[in-house]
Amino acid sequence: MTLDAFLRLGETVTLGTHPFEADEIKAFARLYDPQPFHVDEAQAAQSLFGKLCASGWHTAAMWMKLNVSDLERHADRPWEGAGPRPEWGPSPGFQKLRWPKPVYAGESVTFTRTALNHRRTATRPGWRMLQLRCGATDSSGDTVLDFESAVMVKAA
Amino acid sequence: MTDAPALKRYAFEDFLPGVSFALGPKLVTAEEIVAFAREFDPQPFHLDEAAGRESILGGLAASGWHVCAMFMRMMCDSYLLDATSQGAPGIEEARWKRPVLAGDTLSGKSTVQSARASNSRPEIGIVSFRHELFNQRGESVFELENAAMFRRRLVLVEAKP
Repeated sequence: MTLDAFLRLGETVTLGTHPFEADEIKAFARLYDPQPFHVDEAQAAQSLFGKLCASGWHTAAMWMKLNVSDLERHADRPWEGAGPRPEWGPSPGFQKLRWPKPVYAGESVTFTRTALNHRRTATRPGWRMLQLRCGATDSSGDTVLDFESAVMVKAA
Repeated sequence: MTDAPALKRYAFEDFLPGVSFALGPKLVTAEEIVAFAREFDPQPFHLDEAAGRESILGGLAASGWHVCAMFMRMMCDSYLLDATSQGAPGIEEARWKRPVLAGDTLSGKSTVQSARASNSRPEIGIVSFRHELFNQRGESVFELENAAMFRRRLVLVEAKP
């Protein structure tokens, strides 16, 4: 398996689907984003959102959860490329993140990851920077999250 | 309504370019790093002290998404819960510049870059921010730029007879 195949370059990988229930939306929001429209149905009805909806950070964190699950599911694939098996490392950040539509209580959201390209890093020998396009859609097929990200991969 | 401008300290008009709001301080504990990571980002360097030390991050490090979540809470506690906030359409860019390790204390600020009325919703204004978090050594660990929506205090309404 080449590095490109290992990283599934160019393939849009469906990571999984998560139902966002009201209790879970409120529990996340009470800890990290206790704005009225994320913790209370009646107050959400008065907001621009109109209904209880998940914190955007909850949706983004759920992308990461399903992304890590996907990587774990594929962790025991045979590695026959040059050098040791590649390792996933940290990320320097993300850009152009959009929440174009709220994730309302009861919605099921499906998450995706597309690996675009990778290059050697100038500052960390032995590491490559992999560019990703990340997304999520609700049950109507509407985009609720998308962003561009990068992750470091230890690879020859 | 509970987010009515009259009931909140900050409305769109208060977010003038150059105005800034202090964030934190917020102590980041090993327990909360591990709790967040178990739920959302169960990679070894976010779960285990020894694995973190051996990794490129150099210690038990918070998930970048946990840093985002803590940053959100710091904004809520500093000004958003007492503002006419109506959410944000996205984030232009976020940079995890240095690891946030167990025992670090985060503080920082949100600074208004620009503000404009919404073209489509006269009751709303859009505020562009630059945010930055530092650790206890004054090292910048996180930067983020975004726009957020706030109800306006002054809205032209039809006079009632």
